[in-house]
Amino acid sequence: MIDKFVPDVAAALADIADGAVILLPGFGNGMPETLVKGLIAQGARDLTLVVNSGGRDTGPTADILASGQCRKLICSFVRADSVAGRLFAAGKLELEIVPQGTLAERLRAAGAGVQAFYTPTGADTLLAEGRETRVINGRNCLLEYPLPGDVALVDAWEADRWGNLTHRESARNFNPVMAMAAALTVVQTRHVVALGDIPPANVHTPGVFVHRVVHVPA
Amino acid sequence: MTFRPLDRAGIAARIARDIPEGWFVNLGIGIPTGVSDHVPNDREVIFHSENGVIGAGPAPAPDKINPFLVNAGTQHITLRTGGSFVHHADSFAIARGGHLDLCVLGAFEVAENGDIANWARSLDEPVKQVGGAMDLAIGAKRLWVAMEHITKGHGGSRIRRVCSYPLTAKGVVRRVYTDLAVLEITPRGFGVLDMIPGMTREELQERSEAELHWT
Repeated sequence: MIDKFVPDVAAALADIADGAVILLPGFGNGMPETLVKGLIAQGARDLTLVVNSGGRDTGPTADILASGQCRKLICSFVRADSVAGRLFAAGKLELEIVPQGTLAERLRAAGAGVQAFYTPTGADTLLAEGRETRVINGRNCLLEYPLPGDVALVDAWEADRWGNLTHRESARNFNPVMAMAAALTVVQTRHVVALGDIPPANVHTPGVFVHRVVHVPA
Repeated sequence: MTFRPLDRAGIAARIARDIPEGWFVNLGIGIPTGVSDHVPNDREVIFHSENGVIGAGPAPAPDKINPFLVNAGTQHITLRTGGSFVHHADSFAIARGGHLDLCVLGAFEVAENGDIANWARSLDEPVKQVGGAMDLAIGAKRLWVAMEHITKGHGGSRIRRVCSYPLTAKGVVRRVYTDLAVLEITPRGFGVLDMIPGMTREELQERSEAELHWT
């Protein structure tokens, strides 16, 4: 019998290694806050964190950056007045800025087996300096590579024992593409449902992209 | 001075006047976010929010907040009847793939060739706020900019011959809505479509670093 549920957060995150690339979804909501706390407690070091926004002074992203566990941040957006902005200014955090749509597509490409793609996004900007560009169909395009993760920490509303997931409203955001882009995808779900309870056409993230699920009730 | 600049809501309202029924529109953070408040309910315009919302509606009543539903500025919103949700890669397929009739972004500067700068003032400071702007700027069928004509800090004009800040995209802006005027990017440079009441051509030109053209 397939059963991806694990008893607790510590068990779900125990084998995350130093140096791992961590994919962290979330955009105002849809962030797996309990798993982030668990990763801080687990203590893996030298991490690369991939997340849309560098966050603020408080909250899960700020907390894991402030813990000193992250060597590098890959994101689309950093505020000066934030933990991320201050760590970067102090030379304590590497920063790779990726346009948000390119970030999503690099993750999708990693999950989809696409080895590279050209996009007009950012091709005429400083982000393209020193990188390969090419005019395709009359448009200047920038070569982008996939962004695979070692671990994705994913938030769900419902999960069954195969790891099929639903996400609430805009809390879906990066969760499905990060789930497909990581070698190990760990989910925290608000609700546990029986196999078959999620209507097949309503599964947002299929269980084939999910490895471990922890039940984290509200 | 006998003219009164529009406030931020006034700029948003002016933009809303020019959005026809049926358009699929993305609104950036800042002044553009307010545009939807000024589109009357009986004009069906579908608003896209980059975090995967198609059919974004107005803010909910305080007792009707859904914590799982926010816009690109992470403010609580509602969903219009007919709306839907997609994940981030699909949301940016919408943005990059030419499916938006219009995107309205805020900016630091716009140049007379349609260049836009809106993500960093310099490379040295830690502020690097690209977000979805580079994807939206190159992907939407038309890009309009909403911003104040003059910077608050040093009083320089945001209407430039050449952008002085790092570019977000080249040659993509069609129109600029400021607190003083509506400008269009033409082969000759900035064309003036509209000015606020009481403003003279000379007064508008004084506040613009680039040359303005009247037809």
